[in-house]
Amino acid sequence: MSTVSVSATVNGVQRTNEVEPRVLLVHYLRDMLRLTGTHVGCDTSNCGACTVILDGAAVKSCTVLAVQARNSEITTIEGLAAPGEPFSAVQQGFHQEHGLQCGYCTPGMIMACTALLAENPDPTEHEIRHALEGNLCRCTGYQMIVNSVRWAAEHPDGVVPARPDATTPVRSTLGAGS
Amino acid sequence: MIPASFDYLEASSVDHAIALFAEHGDAKFLAGGHSLVPMMKLRLVSPSVLIDIGRLAELSYIDDRGDHVAVGALTRHRELEDSSLLAEQIGLLAHVAGQVGDPQVRNRGTIGGSLVHGDPAADLPAASLALRASMVITGAAGQRVVPAVDFFVNFLETAVGDGELLTEIRFPKRTGTRWAYQKFNRRAMDYAIVAVAVQLGDNPGIALVNMGPTPHFAVAASAALAAGAPASKIADAVLEGTGAWDDSNATREYREHLARELTTRALAKAGYTS
Amino acid sequence: MSLIGARVLRKEDPNLITGRGQFVDDLAPAGMVVMVFVTSTEPHSRIVGIDTSEALALPGVLAVWTAADLDGLPPLGLPGLGRPLLATDVVRFVGEPVAVVVAEDKYLAADAAGLVLVDYESLPAAASLTAALADGAPALHEVLGGNTVFEQPFDDDLAVEFAAAPHTASLHIVNNRCAAVPIEPNACLADWGPSGLTLWATFQAPHHLRNTVATYFGIPQDTTRVVTPDVGGGFGAKINFVPEYFLACALSRLLARPVKYTQTRSECQLLMYHGRAQEQDVDVAFDGDGKLLALRVRVTQDQGAYPDPTGMGLPVLTTAMSAGCYKIPKVAVSWRNVVTNTTPVAAYRGAGRPEASYLIERIIDIVADQTGVDAVEVRRRNYIPADEFPYATHSPLAVYDSGNFAGAMDELLTLFDYDGLKAEQARRRDDASKKLIGIGFSSWLEIAAFGPPGSLEAFGHLASWESVQIRVQPDGSAIIYTGASPHGQGTVTTFAQIAAGELGIPFEKISVRHGDTATIPQGIGTMGSRATAVGGEGVRTASVRVVERAKAIAAHLLEANPSDIVLEGDGFAVNGTPSRTVPWSEVAWKSFRPLEIPPETEPGSLDITVFQQVPNFSFPSGAYCCTVEIDRGTGEIEITGMYLVDDCGTVINPLLAEGQVHGGVAQGIAQALYEGITYDSNGLPQNSTLMDYLIPAASDLPDYTCGRTNTPTPNNTLGAKGIGESGSVGAPPAVVNAVVDALSHLGVKHLDMPITPIAVWNVLKGAQ
Repeated sequence: MSTVSVSATVNGVQRTNEVEPRVLLVHYLRDMLRLTGTHVGCDTSNCGACTVILDGAAVKSCTVLAVQARNSEITTIEGLAAPGEPFSAVQQGFHQEHGLQCGYCTPGMIMACTALLAENPDPTEHEIRHALEGNLCRCTGYQMIVNSVRWAAEHPDGVVPARPDATTPVRSTLGAGS
Repeated sequence: MIPASFDYLEASSVDHAIALFAEHGDAKFLAGGHSLVPMMKLRLVSPSVLIDIGRLAELSYIDDRGDHVAVGALTRHRELEDSSLLAEQIGLLAHVAGQVGDPQVRNRGTIGGSLVHGDPAADLPAASLALRASMVITGAAGQRVVPAVDFFVNFLETAVGDGELLTEIRFPKRTGTRWAYQKFNRRAMDYAIVAVAVQLGDNPGIALVNMGPTPHFAVAASAALAAGAPASKIADAVLEGTGAWDDSNATREYREHLARELTTRALAKAGYTS
Repeated sequence: MSLIGARVLRKEDPNLITGRGQFVDDLAPAGMVVMVFVTSTEPHSRIVGIDTSEALALPGVLAVWTAADLDGLPPLGLPGLGRPLLATDVVRFVGEPVAVVVAEDKYLAADAAGLVLVDYESLPAAASLTAALADGAPALHEVLGGNTVFEQPFDDDLAVEFAAAPHTASLHIVNNRCAAVPIEPNACLADWGPSGLTLWATFQAPHHLRNTVATYFGIPQDTTRVVTPDVGGGFGAKINFVPEYFLACALSRLLARPVKYTQTRSECQLLMYHGRAQEQDVDVAFDGDGKLLALRVRVTQDQGAYPDPTGMGLPVLTTAMSAGCYKIPKVAVSWRNVVTNTTPVAAYRGAGRPEASYLIERIIDIVADQTGVDAVEVRRRNYIPADEFPYATHSPLAVYDSGNFAGAMDELLTLFDYDGLKAEQARRRDDASKKLIGIGFSSWLEIAAFGPPGSLEAFGHLASWESVQIRVQPDGSAIIYTGASPHGQGTVTTFAQIAAGELGIPFEKISVRHGDTATIPQGIGTMGSRATAVGGEGVRTASVRVVERAKAIAAHLLEANPSDIVLEGDGFAVNGTPSRTVPWSEVAWKSFRPLEIPPETEPGSLDITVFQQVPNFSFPSGAYCCTVEIDRGTGEIEITGMYLVDDCGTVINPLLAEGQVHGGVAQGIAQALYEGITYDSNGLPQNSTLMDYLIPAASDLPDYTCGRTNTPTPNNTLGAKGIGESGSVGAPPAVVNAVVDALSHLGVKHLDMPITPIAVWNVLKGAQ
């Protein structure tokens, strides 16, 4: 079994591994580098759970061979937030707007949204929905994901504006029972 | 859902790639990998050797060549979509490139890979037909140029022979630049159930997606279009020579209806008047 | 300070949005090996031989097992009709595991699986209800003497009522077979060492799995540990027992290595239990004003190849809920369970109730169509009045707790201009250049809060309570341990919200732990919209008891009477004497120190475990409207509005409740317009990947407009009914009613789901 040496900058760190040429990028990241935030949700390049940013572009890492990523810069969900910052704007948007439930599609979804905002910092709802066609979510029905991206577009530095603390009861006009 | 083992070789030039193929026989060229890798994961294809041409910068360009625009085979869908030269000169190609799959697929997939795969359900082959593109095929014996209508030979089979590479696609410029692409599917990221590409202007063309075993150039409808026939006559002619099939998404009858309907819409959208 | 009703952001999020979640496939203990299946490509065949020699010869392959190697590992499920861990002699559906391979890594395992050669001899297959029930149909299980597993006949088929009725209508409904498609497919990791067995699994009910695995292998529960770490969606499909859990354990024991199994999506589509797969024959009798007089429902439930206890219960729930929100003088139900050469069927979001709301809401529109009375008005004329609760239905299972169906409809009609849309619909019908408009309603309700004694025992669970343990820590923070096992619902947040208000401990200082039988004091799990209505109530009960004990300590410290102690600020005070206070942190700290607490109090008393029961199911309800536009040229359906009024009683967190509604509605729309596992006449599945099984993406789904009404349940002190399944119950009939409404002027009465563009076009074509 022949192997190929793969060097790549992953989340800012230079990595070099001997890799079987058939190894998919997603397995290189998950199994060899143990960056398990990138998930696998299908085997036909549909779900986008494995989305990472490769040389600035969102790609499905299940459909790229690790050798194809040689000498590339790769950003995964683990490398998204700037050093010292807990969350990027998109991550914070997903938190603020309830853009996730089970969280399994979320890393891929966040990477796709990050790539979108890098190219189009102020997308419309329509543009967001089309930009996310390569990412499937089974929990949210997508509207709150759209809201999350809008939040990130409106708060590009990811800073939550001063407002009543998140745990302060903001009573819904409907629904509070007792 | 894991490819079978193979040996990996990286080509340093087109000539090197062709030489490597001659040396190794049971080999496949790897470009963006967005047609090949999925098939390898399903083990529908298991080459012994993969010759990676993906980094050949010499094959990634969009050049104005006076009477045509030349596109290198490794140009990614996304680059076609974003090209201002294409937007200005070959708008149909730029638009159709933006209709392929989803953003991640467009970021990796290449025009050459898509055309050589020859999938009748894919978008770019039909665009190349409607645009009456020419394909430059490079092999050990040198280059030959094949018109798009002769390029798609059979189901998933093109004029590119073993050991040959599609290296360039040439799109003739037109005086008229109006065009339309009508794609019908159930989910936006899926392959079309049926799509119709229409290019107006001199030497106009109409091509159909998923209406037979190969990407389909609508000969009679294109001729009717060139002759300035009424839109309804063009739509009636569009089915000539098609061979649509039944599958879980559509019947042949429905596909034929869609082809006519989408042709009518595309002509209207392109601003065609007889 | 109560946080009930507050839009609190989730405690679950930080790990999940940074890639620090821990899903089963993320785990890789030292020495781990990988298990994969060889699955059947045949719907119904005798296994003539399996050649594993080539696979075994591959370096790095540790084991290849077939049914012949499974001594002492009996089938799962119903006695006599059990599902073998690996097909024994006969395969009964495409995707059924035939052999299992263990190798050092997933690449080798895939290679080895491809080298296992199975020789089949085809048998005739029955891959549909029609085929399975036909005369001379091939029998799946000889012991049955046919393919019907169970049949419940009508007590009274209401022949008299139907003969006397002024009007009747009948409808045959196919409720399409769906795949749950959690984005995380099934996965498990078994590590059976000398000290015991640990099984990590992506599952909704860890204790249920622990108890079952221990019983299966005859090992004690104390050394059997099940962990459900982060779980990537379940939707009911992760509460069923599947062969991989047991095989991974057995192989780990044999090989003395941790064994991991991670399903591929294509495997998952055929191996994970399917849902719905039901056909219904419905007759209704009504008068000229649209008043319902009698309803007769016969359900035929496809069980797939091996009947599952949950699958067997689906038609019970459907027939219990068949009358929906309506007062119908006579209701008769009957059902049967039938096996077919298809993937087994069990729970999928709503499990039996979406099928019920769909049938009655379709019937209501048929009555409206036949009488000419407006669809909203027919509903109003038949609603159970708000003052008739509790309301006993035809089914002893369904005694509706509370509701206000007319109120929900009133609220719904404030969300959009119904009359204006109807006028526009009429105009469009006369203008062939315009798209057609359809308006569809559903007034739905469902049965939730699976918790009354006996309700889950019927599905094989230990009991129907939910466990909650609250342990106050010495610094005054608190940890809640619960047997609820969330996988996206946000229970960690909602339970902390409930507890914060009751305990007087800040939300930030409350953690919620779940999903580990080694730490949770027993548990049932998350399914049937029960976590909040049962477990959440348990949080309140436990909190009240903790506070009661804490007050005794505070009273001791403040030298006051316990009955005068109140929660105030960050701790406790003497009522009426605000200066005499003691913070929670001091009470908590001292509660562990025998010298500082009342002599009759034991140290560590602020640790309460509750097994919360509820007296009855709850019945969340609501009114939905879907509006569609239909392209006359292509048959394309576009949802232009989705108006959703939910009544789930008290809402703990409106943000999370709305998220549940959105997700359920998305799955409902998907069932109505996109999804459906189909088999060809030979029993071959037609859509077993995400390329051909069309789960919708962001651009395929609309925005949702939400409203809410509130009729609290009397079954718990929170008043919360449950919200997890509502959307998937309410949405399909609204969507289908809208499409049928758009086409009703062409004589269309019904279209089966999923309604595809070609189905619509076939209608439009016929009308031309």
